[in-house]
Amino acid sequence: MKSSAARPLPTRLATAVIVLPLLLTACGSDPDDQVGADGKVVITVAMDSGLEKAAIDAFTKRAEQFEAANTDIDVRTQEYTWTAASFTAQLAGGTIPDVFTVPFTDGRGLIERKQIADVGEQIAQLPYAAKLNPNVAKAGQAADGKQWAVPIAAYGQALHYNRTLFTQAGLDPDKPPTTWAEVRSAAKQITERTGQAGYAQMTSGNTGGWILTTLDYAFGGRIEKITGDQAEATVDTPEMAEVLDTLRAMRWEDNSMGANFLYDWAGINQDFAAGRIGMYVSGGGNYGNLVTQNGLKAEDYGVAALPLADKPDAGVLGGGTLAVVSPKIGERSKEAAVKWIDFYYMGKLTDQEAAVADARTLAETDQPVGVPTLPVVDRATYDQAREWTAQYVNVPLDQMTPYTAKMFDQPLVTEPTRSTQDVYKILDQTVQTLFTDRSADVPALLAKADAEVQAQIGRG
Amino acid sequence: MRRGGLSTLVFLLPLLLVFGFFSWAPIVQSVVMSFQRTNLVGPVEFVGLDNFAQVLADPLLWTALRNTVWFAVLALLFGYPLPLLAAVLISEVRHRKGLFSALAYLPVVIPPVVAVLLWKFFYDAGPTGVFNTVLGWVGLGPWQWLQDPGSAMPALVLEATWAAAGGTVIIYLAALAGVPADLYEAAEIDGSGIWRKVWHVTLPRLRGVLLVTFILQIIGTAQVFLEPFLFTGGGPANSTTTLLLLIYDYAFANSLGGDYGAATALSLMLAAVLALFSTAYFRLTRSWSTS
Repeated sequence: MKSSAARPLPTRLATAVIVLPLLLTACGSDPDDQVGADGKVVITVAMDSGLEKAAIDAFTKRAEQFEAANTDIDVRTQEYTWTAASFTAQLAGGTIPDVFTVPFTDGRGLIERKQIADVGEQIAQLPYAAKLNPNVAKAGQAADGKQWAVPIAAYGQALHYNRTLFTQAGLDPDKPPTTWAEVRSAAKQITERTGQAGYAQMTSGNTGGWILTTLDYAFGGRIEKITGDQAEATVDTPEMAEVLDTLRAMRWEDNSMGANFLYDWAGINQDFAAGRIGMYVSGGGNYGNLVTQNGLKAEDYGVAALPLADKPDAGVLGGGTLAVVSPKIGERSKEAAVKWIDFYYMGKLTDQEAAVADARTLAETDQPVGVPTLPVVDRATYDQAREWTAQYVNVPLDQMTPYTAKMFDQPLVTEPTRSTQDVYKILDQTVQTLFTDRSADVPALLAKADAEVQAQIGRG
Repeated sequence: MRRGGLSTLVFLLPLLLVFGFFSWAPIVQSVVMSFQRTNLVGPVEFVGLDNFAQVLADPLLWTALRNTVWFAVLALLFGYPLPLLAAVLISEVRHRKGLFSALAYLPVVIPPVVAVLLWKFFYDAGPTGVFNTVLGWVGLGPWQWLQDPGSAMPALVLEATWAAAGGTVIIYLAALAGVPADLYEAAEIDGSGIWRKVWHVTLPRLRGVLLVTFILQIIGTAQVFLEPFLFTGGGPANSTTTLLLLIYDYAFANSLGGDYGAATALSLMLAAVLALFSTAYFRLTRSWSTS
């Protein structure tokens, strides 16, 4: 063996050339502010991807208004929509915007792993910090109660339906189903009379588990039971069996679920907006996405409260969105990031001037104003904000009455807290098997899912 | 590098830097990462062989392996002979050979994602889907295509074969052009028809190319990702989850930071198996390809 000193120069140089890039790529750097030549701090903010031009114009206008009010900040927009796969890749790759949004389910985990910045001090300075709805605020809090992320929207699941298909099928669009038996019969009637899917359901990209969990809650079940540090899977229950039996009957006996059993969120929204689906379950505030990204015709749209079984534990799965800040930016950028969150996401919920400015901008660009959501601040502030913007509301509120009349009365149940996405992924397979294998054995499916969820949450 | 080593290195330097940054560094980092637990944001923990043990204990690994082998077998059955057949037929055509070559190559020009979206329309499982409409004309269907665990993988192979065959056809056409014409003339004088010429002249002369395309096909199919990712996401019920898709899922399916250690561990195992297979293959077939 030769010593390194004995190796010829070219060999040593070649070694250096190979090793140097490894060292360089392995090097990290401390969070730093990005400052432009004009001294302004530059932040990149998330804008929903795939927006129609009018929606992009509205967003750009809001960014300009923010810059005018904050002359030391330069805002740059970046298209971003949260998906489990792209989010983790972007975060790891350092291409996530400085301000972005994540679902409630990820808040606590991101905080524990320090994958988002601690902006608790800046959030505490916001005038409405103490007015946040405590039930939703905890999704963005660390274990010590410090608020790392700002809840900007909350939702309860709802039953979206196509009024035009209802009419064509001879159903009354003003009287949507209020029980799952009615959902089943309406779906059958829609398919028989229009040829479209009466009822469709998401099944892939972890959304299958999300919706299956929603139905389990609606039938009175729960996915997991947490006692102290112990987590027990409760997938294999009579409630979940009832859910699967109902779905199996709709799929295999009524044939009322169409021909696509690999829907994810984007796909099902697209097909619903295109008039190929009679009913589906998703977040109650989904109208905005359906219009701005999928070209839904307003007259087609209807939304109803999710039918709940007559059981004491039956409830509506609730969730929401958190605005968070990248951990890879400096202190000045963090200040600017929280200012943006305050301006863009929260101002319209808490400040009359901001609420009116936001609603006016959206209305001028034909973007939806007045989509029903659950309050992220206290109810009084929420109601007041709705009053401030009442004159700009342009969504078909009448068609949403079956939902809005009940949305505050339905018991809201949070999503599973342990390994949520992993649990949903396991349940994806359960519902895919049910929909694609006529001979699927429900008890066996449930036993398998229960064991897998137990193994997952036991680890998690 | 015995003479003028330094000047040789200077000329090599740009290439070494490019490969160093974009090829070798990621490979070495992957090897290192397979022994770590990291979310690429927080602190890194060395875990020895835990990632490998975790992957080997995952029941989904064997499902993915089975699916990948199934894809490879189907792709070999349909995707391997088809380009050869097409190339032989095109080479036999006397007029408009260029046009037929271009038509065969056309699918390769279509961006893969566009091709998949196109085929999604074809595979629409409703009675109005393109394929089901055609089947309906002869009283068949509607078939479930991607929506059935049994037919999903063959459907992926069909599209993959359509998409990739053109490139191989061009390689075979180039190789066929190198077959001396007098061999065919001699065969014709001996009374050979087209199939006897193919069997006794074409295939033996293409043996070297066929052996290379065979191993390339095996390696390519072992790494199949695009079709299951875009068509089915691994469904229905994991029936199209392949090894590469499993690696992707390890790394990216959980939004709270993927299991990059498990993903790189499985990547390394796959690379090692393919390297061993390729070595054995070339050793076993050395005498065939050079005779």
